[in-house]
Amino acid sequence: MTLLGLLEREPSHGYDLKRDYDAYFGHGKPLSFGQLYATLARLDRDGKAIAGPAEPGGGPDRKRYVITGAGATDVERWLSEPAPPEPGLHSVLFTKVLLAVMLGRPADRFLDIQRAAHLQRMHELTELKRSDNMADVLLADHGLYHLEADLRWIDHTAARLDQLAQAVRR
Amino acid sequence: MSAGGQAVVAAKAGAIIEARGVVKSFGQTPALRGATLSVSRGEILAVMGPSGSGKSTLLHCLAGILVPDEGEVWFAGSRLDTRSEADRSALRGGRFGFVFQSGQLVPELTAEENVAMPLLWSGTRRGPALAQARQWLGRLGLDGLERRRSGELSGGQAQRVALARGLVARPDIIFADEPTGSLDSVSGEHVMNLLTDTARQEGTTVILVTHEARVAAYAPRQVIVRDGTVSTLTGVSP
Repeated sequence: MTLLGLLEREPSHGYDLKRDYDAYFGHGKPLSFGQLYATLARLDRDGKAIAGPAEPGGGPDRKRYVITGAGATDVERWLSEPAPPEPGLHSVLFTKVLLAVMLGRPADRFLDIQRAAHLQRMHELTELKRSDNMADVLLADHGLYHLEADLRWIDHTAARLDQLAQAVRR
Repeated sequence: MSAGGQAVVAAKAGAIIEARGVVKSFGQTPALRGATLSVSRGEILAVMGPSGSGKSTLLHCLAGILVPDEGEVWFAGSRLDTRSEADRSALRGGRFGFVFQSGQLVPELTAEENVAMPLLWSGTRRGPALAQARQWLGRLGLDGLERRRSGELSGGQAQRVALARGLVARPDIIFADEPTGSLDSVSGEHVMNLLTDTARQEGTTVILVTHEARVAAYAPRQVIVRDGTVSTLTGVSP
């Protein structure tokens, strides 16, 4: 959907799409050309974007991609929907704490280790915010607020481990 | 750190300030139960902990505002807690700087007069003290606000004035107790950036007491105060 959104901004060659994707959305993980052209081929097949004729110069890079009406509708719909609240990390933390308590292991130590790891990452993100690039700053903020929410849950849980133990131990 | 959280943060070479087994009670209520902490010269350290954990009491003991019931506080290689109140007060005026949650500016004084206070206390004449104060206000982005009183400043501006006051005497250590506590997130961020950037430039040690993880994350190392003892979290060998 990100590539389709970039195409709505302006018709683009694959190379330009990759450049913009890597600059704004890659976060150190550049898009491979394989992923790029597989996605563009799928968008073309599904009628979300149209590949123009190969331009002089040859090679797959020389096709210009244009978003279709159906593609623009998809982008519009996607942008108007909330992102699913991601429970992934929380569920891993939760599973580890619950299992530790069930197995009589020191859940408080696990929570301390996790707290340290979270704070270390938060410090790294805070350092990243010294960047002049506002997109990088806001991305770091996004990570910071999520990690902060996890930490609140960690503190909340650490204060209730005894109650949890009573509830789950047999 | 031991499993029970009864941490011992080992004294290190280059430590500028240390608490060794500090115990402090208020009446029958214990606040610190053997707190041990070592802070290196030039380090930025966050002291975290829930309300009532003893973190502000620890800061006050380190700064010589409170005297421990037991244990020792060392500053720059010598005992701090055994010095007279007058000696400790002189240290607080010259070698320690303070930034508190609500700024605590003197409302009758202008911004520049507030900032100049530590210099005036230590005997600097008024003219040079105000000149230095204005330099610091400029450095913290407060040009043009020198003659305003605290009631004429926004919360973020007032806190930056308080920060300038904490830094003006070029202290060895800045004690910051919830320095962003009364600010919105953007103003708080601005104050924290200025505090940490300036401390790095000046080589000032910062001891930052906060219950907010986002604020603590400005420090490379954090410790947590729980039930009156100090536990390490990151960056320090046990």
